[in-house]
Amino acid sequence: MAAGVAAWLPFARAAAIGWMPVANLPMPVAPAGKNKRQDEMIILNVSGRRFETWRNTLDRYPDTLLGSSEKEFFYNEETKEYFFDRDPDVFRSVLNFYRTGKLHYPRYECISSYDEELAFFGIISEIIGDCCYEEYKDRKRENAERLMDDQEDNKDAKPPNMTCRETMWRAFENPHTSTMALVFYYVTGFFIAVSVITNVVETVPCGTSPNQKEVPCGERYTVAFFCMDTACVMIFTVEYLMRLFAAPSRYRFMRSVMSIIDVVAILPYYIGLVMTDNEDVSGAFVTLRVFRVFRIFKFSRHSQGLRILGYTLKSCASELGFLLFSLTMAIIIFATVMFYAEKGSSSSKFTSIPASFWYTIVTMTTLGYGDMVPKTIAGKIFGSICSLSGVLVIALPVPVIVSNFSRIYHQNQRADKRRAQKMQKARLARIRISKQGTSNAFLHSKRNGLFSEAPEFTSSTEEDQRLNKSTSLLESQHHHLLHCLEKTTVTSPLNYINHEFVDQQYYQQSYLEAGLQNYPSRSPSLSSRDGVSGTCCTRRSKKQHAPLQNASGPAHMQPLTQVHAHPRGLQELSTIHIQPLSTSRSSLNMRVDEPASLNCQSSQITTAIISIPTPPVTTSDGDAHLRAGPAHQNVVKVSAL
Amino acid sequence: MLSAIWETEGLQTVGIVVLVFASIKLLHLLGLISFSEDSVEDELELSTVRHRPEGLEQLEARTRFSRKELQILYRGFKNECPSGIVNEETFKDIYAQFFPQGESSTYAHFLFNAFDTDHNGSLSFEDFVMGLSILLRGTIQEKLNWAFNLYDINKDGYITKEEMLDIMKAIYDMMGKCTYPILKEDTPRQHVEVFFQKMDKNKDGVVTIDEFIDCCQNDENIMRSMHLFENVL
Repeated sequence: MAAGVAAWLPFARAAAIGWMPVANLPMPVAPAGKNKRQDEMIILNVSGRRFETWRNTLDRYPDTLLGSSEKEFFYNEETKEYFFDRDPDVFRSVLNFYRTGKLHYPRYECISSYDEELAFFGIISEIIGDCCYEEYKDRKRENAERLMDDQEDNKDAKPPNMTCRETMWRAFENPHTSTMALVFYYVTGFFIAVSVITNVVETVPCGTSPNQKEVPCGERYTVAFFCMDTACVMIFTVEYLMRLFAAPSRYRFMRSVMSIIDVVAILPYYIGLVMTDNEDVSGAFVTLRVFRVFRIFKFSRHSQGLRILGYTLKSCASELGFLLFSLTMAIIIFATVMFYAEKGSSSSKFTSIPASFWYTIVTMTTLGYGDMVPKTIAGKIFGSICSLSGVLVIALPVPVIVSNFSRIYHQNQRADKRRAQKMQKARLARIRISKQGTSNAFLHSKRNGLFSEAPEFTSSTEEDQRLNKSTSLLESQHHHLLHCLEKTTVTSPLNYINHEFVDQQYYQQSYLEAGLQNYPSRSPSLSSRDGVSGTCCTRRSKKQHAPLQNASGPAHMQPLTQVHAHPRGLQELSTIHIQPLSTSRSSLNMRVDEPASLNCQSSQITTAIISIPTPPVTTSDGDAHLRAGPAHQNVVKVSAL
Repeated sequence: MLSAIWETEGLQTVGIVVLVFASIKLLHLLGLISFSEDSVEDELELSTVRHRPEGLEQLEARTRFSRKELQILYRGFKNECPSGIVNEETFKDIYAQFFPQGESSTYAHFLFNAFDTDHNGSLSFEDFVMGLSILLRGTIQEKLNWAFNLYDINKDGYITKEEMLDIMKAIYDMMGKCTYPILKEDTPRQHVEVFFQKMDKNKDGVVTIDEFIDCCQNDENIMRSMHLFENVL
């Protein structure tokens, strides 16, 4: 429950008097006020700096160090204060969390020291407020990357017993690991360069042929160029096949960008081999040769900066998209205006709006080729407006891209956006779970049988105290409030359809059940008052914990805690397994001698099956709320949820 | 010839420019675009209302709380609402935190009206503490009076079936959807019927304050539950 509203709990409970005249059933007993001590001040001495606060403030979060009895370990008898040998600056944030309910992350604080303090005081970092959470996560991510970098730098020692395949892969990815890898790295680099230069030089005209025409070198020394091309493609093919062989996940390797570039770079050669000098397809063949220029992208394996550039462009996709979109808008507007402005003038180059696009683009990017110029006055006015606005539109998104590049460059690029997404989901899930803790905690307490049904239940006062210790007073009061609400919503004393809070799964199950609406066949021993609602487990024979059974408290709490989460553990998940309802109605036939709830339970849930050594009490006259009489002591309370 | 061309061109230009400015002005007139920042300045709400409660002595005299208890109450109150007053939205929020599974805003609305005795739309610390004083330390008569006031939505001295139905629906709404057994549509209505059968002695369709108090005093359960929350503070 949120810290601040703890202050309003007395008010909410007082307001519950409004339900009393409406209710038809007696209300449960309020939890005792646990020898009401006055609220006292606690002194927390953190490395010499004294913080003082009310005890109640700290009790708001019983699952942290300061809120639980764990702080007693730090109590100093002589000075009557709690001494912690920790950082006082960070402690300020921690204490403010108790006071305000919001955890803040100060920017000047180092992330790892802050994390350590949080871990020491038992506070999960997911509850950092939204105002500081982004900053916290960013810093944490940077820190994690830094750690990973450090680890990678130290990864010089080769782990023993690597297979040949793994060695090769490691050599490919990290050229500095061995001499062979380095040699391979430089050889491939050299051949990429050779291949690119070959492609370029191929088109340079060198010398004239006998019929006075400039001939490009490629056609003059066809054989030489062909040999070089073949050699390069051989090397590239071999390299690709070796990488494919060494890759730990071949499928993933084949989908990666670098491998696609490799394939595109060498494919034209093979296609050219296959195709003959057919006139029809020679045009297509020429186009394919263009793809040879993709070999230059193979350099990106060799250059970190190129990779970062590529990643930047990918990550700035939205800014680039915006730039493109705004440019397109501006181009269309200005092209239209220029076209209509220049329509009047004769011999105008602005023959149509698409023809004006060229002028607009050239003007907006301040190129100004001058092949199209406006001649009318209106055209010149709008042309100048166009060029001025072009500067602005282009200048705006560019710094964003630049800063992105610099950030990524400094972080040495990681694919962390995707990881951040997953963490966000996990974080929200954890916060939702801890919030559900309140309603779950109430359902827990019901199951644990912390509510005594009858007002006069004298023998278990010690037990009440024991059980009460495990939940804070605040929680027990809150649960009592919810319990009163349950009791209020009963239609008539005769009907006893007591509406109770259940959790989502059980509700869905019972909803489906209600849809089937099969009234179970009643055993004759049941009183007729019982079978009104058609769902399973109409009779919830509640029985209380036998104080005699299993001597000590922790022992008989154990079967509960094995399956349930710790009663106070708001951070832990409660594992409720609900088996599918047994469809056979025969199992619901209640026999006299057997407690009905066991039957239902065995078909429904796997939680909290507390063995009932004591003989079942004849509760055939109905549910617990009829129990106006004296409580039976040797009765075990199992709430069938 | 040239001057004729320039004339037409010049006129065309002037025409275009005039057209452009006129359209901009029209848009400005229509409020679609605004030039200066002043026009879109929002009026800051007068949210800096500070309410200071009357002194501790007066409150001590008017309520049945001791000084210490008033101190504790005020500290909690002020912590939650630094401005010193609670408006209905905040009230609904706070109340909703106690009933996470259900929809408590209707009931919170009725509750707010019951606490807000001077009907000024906000709950000050005095209202809060006076209400609590009645509920926690008042006589049975006063408590029942308060409950009657809660049920009587229009404060006319009679509880009609419609009012009771509203209240009942609000209470059942707080239970939410996930209940066992499933809440049926007319459960509140049935509950109201039972209530009226019990309370409405002369069967005239409304419950007056005397009938209410009479009937409650004769009902053991209700009497006992009135003392339930006395140890709250």
